[in-house]
Amino acid sequence: MARDRRPWGRDPDRRRQKTSVLVALVLASLTLITLDSRTSSPVDPARRAVGEVFGPIEVATASAIRPFTAVPDWFRSHDAMQQDLLDLQAENSDLRSQLATDDYNRNRLQEYDGLTAAARSIGYSLVPARVVGLGPSQSFSSTVTIDAGSDAGIHPDLTVVNNDGLVGRVLRVTRTTATVLLVVDPDSVVGGRVGRSMDVGFVHGRGVLGSDGRLDLELVDDSAVPSKGDTVVTWGSEASGPYVSGVPIGRITSVYTSVRDSAQRAVVDPYADLGALDLVGVVVPSGTDSDRAVIEADGGLR
Amino acid sequence: MNAARAAIAAAAVAVALALQVSFFPHLAWDGIVPNLVLLVVVGAALARGPQFAAVLGFAAGLALDLAPPADHVAGRWALALVVVGYVAGRVRRDARPTPGTVLATVAASSFVGTSVFALSGLLLQDPVMGIPELLEVVLVGVLWDVLLTPLVLPPVMAMFRHLEPDRTLA
Repeated sequence: MARDRRPWGRDPDRRRQKTSVLVALVLASLTLITLDSRTSSPVDPARRAVGEVFGPIEVATASAIRPFTAVPDWFRSHDAMQQDLLDLQAENSDLRSQLATDDYNRNRLQEYDGLTAAARSIGYSLVPARVVGLGPSQSFSSTVTIDAGSDAGIHPDLTVVNNDGLVGRVLRVTRTTATVLLVVDPDSVVGGRVGRSMDVGFVHGRGVLGSDGRLDLELVDDSAVPSKGDTVVTWGSEASGPYVSGVPIGRITSVYTSVRDSAQRAVVDPYADLGALDLVGVVVPSGTDSDRAVIEADGGLR
Repeated sequence: MNAARAAIAAAAVAVALALQVSFFPHLAWDGIVPNLVLLVVVGAALARGPQFAAVLGFAAGLALDLAPPADHVAGRWALALVVVGYVAGRVRRDARPTPGTVLATVAASSFVGTSVFALSGLLLQDPVMGIPELLEVVLVGVLWDVLLTPLVLPPVMAMFRHLEPDRTLA
């Protein structure tokens, strides 16, 4: 058929029609961008609607492939595991002796105990969830989908942690899923506190995921100098702030002076491996209604 | 019939999006995954021409913009994939494209698509990132897309060709 064989043929009507379709689509995209750039975006309900439909698809896909992603673990030999066990035992006894002997470490432990006790007395619980979707780096934002939503008692601005430390905060929820902004995202700002000196500052993401994903710590007090190896924990805000206090964020790996604003900056290596997240916990107030078992502050299940 | 065709195209986009978000992060290199949705749009462009591909690109881009865990300003992927669909569609010739043409089209489309997305971000100051990081992501993305082309493009193109309403070509 001639008209199909020659998409840019001499038929001017058809060509005009094609150009107008293209112009319409480009204008539609630009309109959408303009609408969504505003602070109270009219696109949010559409996002939620698409999430309600697509969230369960992501959950299903992730559970379908979970058996296969576990395959590499099966091939680890008995010897390798034995070696791991020995290494861990050595590390454990090493840590134990450090705790017993080192005054400084004992002090620091007390500090952490205090923080943990504070968190316990405020009464937080964890809703366990699995990461089912990871936003591509091509979108230049670091966000993940987790398989717990408003049915599980989750709402925006809750803290998300895992075994190792802070993961991020909840941005928006659907009934069955929630979108989490990771701490490495360039838009993410977390109030941080250096564990030893108690200096407060802000931790910014660099937007790089994976093994070289780092955070930048900027202290409020210009004269304070953080030292290498110090732990940074969340500073937290009272009541309804997005981050609860006392969650370990990462370890300071290097310190440098910012010439532009003559302040000390530090590079923080996050404890949580944000490129390979699986099981995470969402911090909810104690007594939250949830569709799954909730881990209470004392470690029990409810 | 028309609704059925649209449903099949939508299903292809949904499958691509689900795999891209939930499966490929396990294989990703620094979080960079193959852009399967873009590959579907390029497949549609090579099989059906620029107009159909631009419309499909808009719909697919909208899905990328709105489906969780997306958090960027909506409309950016829609714009990028409209451009990709249109540009890739103009490659279409009378004859079936050779494997070399397909690979070159995918590489160019991936480069153009991610670049348009990144540039729109620079204009909106959505994520403030350096040009070297942007370039790295764009180039690794191109590599991924080209690697997956032999697996994805033939079935996608065959499907869209099959969907063509007035198919009389041999």
